[in-house]
Amino acid sequence: MTDTLLAVRNLSVTYPGDDGDVRAVRNVSFTLGRERLGIVGESGSGKSTTGRAIMGLVGPPGRIEADELRLGDTDLRGLSERGFRKLRGQRIAMVLQDPKYSLDPVMSVGQQIAETHRSHLRSTNRDARSVALEMLQAVHIRDPERVYALYPHQVSGGMGQRVMIAMMLIAGPDILIADEPTSALDVTVQTQVLAIMDDLVRSRGMGLILISHNLHLVSSFCDRVLVMYAGQVLETCAAGNLAEAKHPYTRGLLAALPQLGNRRAELPQLQRDPAWMADLA
Amino acid sequence: MITLDDVTITYGTGSRALVAVRDFTLGVAEGEAVGLVGESGSGKSTVLRAVAGLIPYATGEITLAGRRVDRRRTTAERKMAQMVFQDPYGSLHPNQTVDQILAMPVAIHRLDRGEARIAQVLVEVGLGREHRYRYPHQLSGGQRQRVAIARALILEPRILLLDEPTSALDVSVQAEILNLLSRLRRDHGLTLLMVSHDLAVIAHLCERIGVMSRGQLLEITTATAMANNQVTHDYTHELLRSNAGYDRSSVSSGELDVAAG
Repeated sequence: MTDTLLAVRNLSVTYPGDDGDVRAVRNVSFTLGRERLGIVGESGSGKSTTGRAIMGLVGPPGRIEADELRLGDTDLRGLSERGFRKLRGQRIAMVLQDPKYSLDPVMSVGQQIAETHRSHLRSTNRDARSVALEMLQAVHIRDPERVYALYPHQVSGGMGQRVMIAMMLIAGPDILIADEPTSALDVTVQTQVLAIMDDLVRSRGMGLILISHNLHLVSSFCDRVLVMYAGQVLETCAAGNLAEAKHPYTRGLLAALPQLGNRRAELPQLQRDPAWMADLA
Repeated sequence: MITLDDVTITYGTGSRALVAVRDFTLGVAEGEAVGLVGESGSGKSTVLRAVAGLIPYATGEITLAGRRVDRRRTTAERKMAQMVFQDPYGSLHPNQTVDQILAMPVAIHRLDRGEARIAQVLVEVGLGREHRYRYPHQLSGGQRQRVAIARALILEPRILLLDEPTSALDVSVQAEILNLLSRLRRDHGLTLLMVSHDLAVIAHLCERIGVMSRGQLLEITTATAMANNQVTHDYTHELLRSNAGYDRSSVSSGELDVAAG
């Protein structure tokens, strides 16, 4: 197997609407290796839909078309729900924004983590429990035995997101897609959760896709960044060079951010150019 | 214009009372813009709600324009301080048109020339005449926040209380709303008290910034001092560090450990 974990070529996602089809994602292409790839864009840019399409979570009436959508040696195009269910968790996993809504409220967090292990690796209850406890330790929870028995409403947002990460990584996937994983958290907790994700993804040699609206976050966390607008990738650049981005949209977004230490009487407002959409209509 | 003197705010009573804000003292001069930052649960929004008169305070004193105010307020006191909330999806009545939303405060405060006031305030917040008879769901997030600002502004308040006014908005729309707020402040000589978790947003609009944690005001600093990292509290340093973006080397592995509450 090569080092390309995921290959996406000309991915489009279309939803039928009252006034004709809405193309939420248009001809998006990228590859992911063992790296941290960021996808930034404003709401409605198609960044989350791209992630969901890769996870096989775009249900009807949405339609997915792609010239290539490949996870390792598995073709994801036309894969059945059953096929996807095998991949999710084991080969590719997703962390969502708010742990309050993505954890099962009537099951202890430890059981939820162990369940992932049991269902993918067909392990015994006892084994699953011990691996789940190890995972809780791996996300830096000091008293895993106690947290194992807690229910989601009993843990803080930061703790909940650690639990989510533990659950997503327990079956050893190659790729983690994190969709705004820290937007619901306090800034000081954000850094901790990102550091935990960073450490685990690196030590396991995984690929990570970080989806976020936060330009600062993505440029400081990732290796490479895709900038999305109206369903298309406008530009791709090395994260460290985001400040030298070429596309007027990216430049406009960066300029519109208020900056500590550079107070401007008026923030430059983004002027949207219809031409940004025209070529891919 | 606004003074809070040793204010303590509690939720609940008796043995179950929770002190949300303790011994909070802050003065905001007329025409000044002051921001409050802090993590969730630090009490920053609670302070704002007490100033707005939405919740009572237990001890201490809040004065607006030199007069002591409590939760029960006269119409004039209410008119003086108006609030804009975080989520324009939640703070506008879904079954009322923009026109009805703006007519309500005019009617409650028995103001004259309602028609003209609505037309004028829409122009001021940058909405066209075509938006006047639309429902909130027919507007974008930024337009809705403009309506929320218009609703506050139509009473000609002297104080505007802003609770995370841009955190539900995209970066490009945030810039538009921040520009609108600075212009309105200049044009009307408004006094601003604003809450946000985003240091850069606070520092853009406000000269002085109060840092809150666990119900207490840790320090009052300025946007310039923040930018130059001249702050005293560890917590403020941590906020600044997080604001600068992700830096793995800034967190030691020991710091990552948490124990269940």
